[in-house]
Amino acid sequence: MKALMFGWEFPPHILGGLGTASYGLTKGMHANGNMDITFVIPKPWGDEERGFANIIGACNTPVAWRDVSWDYVNSRIGNVMNPQTYFDLRDNIYADFNYMHLNDLGCIEFSGRYPDNLVEEINNYSIVAGVIARTVPFDIIHAHDWLTYPAGIHAKNVTGKPLVIHVHASEFDRSRGKPNPTVFAIEKDGMNNADHICTVSDLTRKTVIEKYGIDPAKVTTVHNAVIPLDDSLLNLKRTETKDKVITFLGRITMQKGPEYFVEAAAKVLDKNKNVRFVMAGGGDMEQAMIRLAAKRGIADRFHFTGFLRGKEVYQMFRDSDVYVMPSVSEPFGISPLEAMEMGVPSIISKQSGCAEILTNVIKTDYWDVDAMADAMHSIITNKALFDTLRDRGIEEIHGITWEKAGKKVIDIYNQVIESRK
Amino acid sequence: MKSVCFYFKIHQPFRLKRYRFFDIGNDHYYYDDFANDEIVSRLAMSSYIPMAETLLQMINDSNREFKCAISISGTAIEQLQHYVPEFIDLLKKLADTGCVEFLSGTFSHSLASLEDPEEFIRQVKMHDDIMKRLLGVKPQVFANTELIYDDDIAAVVGSMGFKTILTEGAKHVLGWKSPNYVYQAVSAPQVKLLLTNDKLSEDISRNFNNTTWDEYPLTADKYIDWIASLPEQEQVVNLYMSMETFGSFLPKETGIFDFMKALPRFAKEKGVVFSTPSDAVAKLKPVDMISVPFPISDIDEARDVSAWKGNELQNEALGKLYAVAERVNLCSDRRLKQDWDYLQSSDHFYYMSTKNMADGASHAAFSPYDSPFAAFTNYMNVLADFLVRVEEQYPENIDNEELNSLLLTIRNQSAEIDELNKEVKNLRNNILNADDSTNAVKGEIPEITDEKASRKASAKKSTVRKTPGRKPAAKKEAEK
Repeated sequence: MKALMFGWEFPPHILGGLGTASYGLTKGMHANGNMDITFVIPKPWGDEERGFANIIGACNTPVAWRDVSWDYVNSRIGNVMNPQTYFDLRDNIYADFNYMHLNDLGCIEFSGRYPDNLVEEINNYSIVAGVIARTVPFDIIHAHDWLTYPAGIHAKNVTGKPLVIHVHASEFDRSRGKPNPTVFAIEKDGMNNADHICTVSDLTRKTVIEKYGIDPAKVTTVHNAVIPLDDSLLNLKRTETKDKVITFLGRITMQKGPEYFVEAAAKVLDKNKNVRFVMAGGGDMEQAMIRLAAKRGIADRFHFTGFLRGKEVYQMFRDSDVYVMPSVSEPFGISPLEAMEMGVPSIISKQSGCAEILTNVIKTDYWDVDAMADAMHSIITNKALFDTLRDRGIEEIHGITWEKAGKKVIDIYNQVIESRK
Repeated sequence: MKSVCFYFKIHQPFRLKRYRFFDIGNDHYYYDDFANDEIVSRLAMSSYIPMAETLLQMINDSNREFKCAISISGTAIEQLQHYVPEFIDLLKKLADTGCVEFLSGTFSHSLASLEDPEEFIRQVKMHDDIMKRLLGVKPQVFANTELIYDDDIAAVVGSMGFKTILTEGAKHVLGWKSPNYVYQAVSAPQVKLLLTNDKLSEDISRNFNNTTWDEYPLTADKYIDWIASLPEQEQVVNLYMSMETFGSFLPKETGIFDFMKALPRFAKEKGVVFSTPSDAVAKLKPVDMISVPFPISDIDEARDVSAWKGNELQNEALGKLYAVAERVNLCSDRRLKQDWDYLQSSDHFYYMSTKNMADGASHAAFSPYDSPFAAFTNYMNVLADFLVRVEEQYPENIDNEELNSLLLTIRNQSAEIDELNKEVKNLRNNILNADDSTNAVKGEIPEITDEKASRKASAKKSTVRKTPGRKPAAKKEAEK
């Protein structure tokens, strides 16, 4: 089966969990065999892993005719795309977009990030999708998150092929219940036009059904999985510390519930001085959290690291005794799975999607600071609990594979195609 | 003639309240009174009381031919006394009929038999004292917590003077043998073993209500037929069930009480009698010895003790708890001792079980906690506070032996003081006698009088007014 996927991020250039999840899922589907996947991203860098999918960059797709030579194209974008693909795409330009700001190859520039003119970039992405949909052969369209829904809808309108959208997060999660109307409209439009909707957790599925008014019959949960970590990361050396380390790692924003972590830390430190707390990551609430920690009088044992990248993230896990994710609303939340794979016992909020599939973690309500503090204290004082969560956690994570998630998605494809016959 | 022994088990633990780590050292009350009250009262109304009344009626209607046994834990009795005292009256009535035998067991339905033989013996005595005091019976047959049994336990129970033990007819122990005979324990040959018949017990406790069962519906005549048609030589059928089965797991709408009431009539027709375990054992000779090197129980598919000792969390909690057993038994603080008993209930460890196969479902159904980890955390917090209190009684750096000798000295001290006081009194009398007899020789006595007089004065005070604890001080002063 051939699938055309629209995504926004792709490792190693990722800004959040979306890239990791779309990468993992694509790889898992490929591992099931007999899948031919074309993955469109706004801007490839050339160092993406390609074996399992054909990656096309939106910024390398011409939307207006330019008379350029094979060698010129090769020298310009040969590192990210086969020049032949450029010429194939050029043959399918469907309208005159010369009025737009284009480069020497007739392509629209993309930042591939989340710029201020995001809505414009989303629109441009769907213009490009029209060209790609006319060029590449496929049986089904799969769009990852709201940024790519318009592109998916466009491709569907052009070809009449069924559209599956994948909800990694909804605006209700990101905004703690006060959605931006523009984003909401794009999401709603995507859901209405989709033939089937995949959500990353039952929690998200419920949001889609209740908040967006979608027919439950066309929404299916496909829980995320985790890509086994590299040995080089698993074998990182622990920095020796005298104290136990309890870590929060993620964007310091309202959605992630950082203030509950600080409050719980204050409760633990009140009883036990041999603990250090680390809040790793950046975000709009970072300063407020620094102030809160100072106000609670725990700043000497509460540390901020700023934004961590790549290997630093795993070094942070390695140096931690407990990982805490007190998210107020988390569609899935892949980081506890990574922490567990690194052998770090985790405490997660019941409001996280991953709580639906994890058993060897401690689950508390995000607002139940007492319970969270109690769990932290219990793990650092009871070695038996620490060992149990560590050993069983590692074992459990090894059973959660993208291959299984991929199989589920393929089944959905078959079902959708079947139902249209 | 075949005998049927029914055993009804009643147990309720003192469930713990939510106890956070910051309560450690501040709050020494551990129990969830509300939940305990609610659960015990609810079960009493739906099950214990109607069942006890059914049993009474069965005994009366059958002219005291219906007999059975009840095994009830001390923690259950204490809670029933608090919340449903009328049920205790029913138990007394049952005991008075003479048709109901009460079994021995551990006070708190504990795992002491696996962890600490001395504590185990203490708990059994405590349990039997309550039975004696409350119901006026002296239990003769022993049934351990969830029928936990192995050779070592048999030896300990035998040494306590019990002649009969009820335990699980586990398939992996019996093999081809039938549970419907009396056996004897390999480690204590004087002890006879009664083994539960799982198949027939479960036909009532699990299948009675099971519409997918091929024998559904179960009727009293069919059930008695099965028992009557067992091979000639199989003389005793032990049916062990939780009392909650009647009225709670199997609500009265299923007709379970009517089923029970109908049993004696059909039994009489088929020549099957009901008996108490003591009667059954008295009539029968053991056919074989049974060796159980590894402990068995009546819980879960595996019929072993992994429901309580199956993971690191449970072993850690049990280890920490029983490490202070000797210490707690040395002390005399009543509240501490009470908590010690309540914290031993096997249920606390059952809640920590992480078996998540088919068994996990039943573990979860009984647990007041979200997860085994929450159960462990809560219990360890309570235990931490308890250990702090034990430590306050006797500092940890004194080891048990040293402590023992110190306590012995303290205990003997008062006896010694009593003896010395007696001596003082005697001497004083002598002196008084000497004073009285004015004719006595005056050469040696006055010296003694001076010395003894001062001692006499203070000793007098101390005997009259001071508490025994203060005596040594008074004594010392006197000697100075």
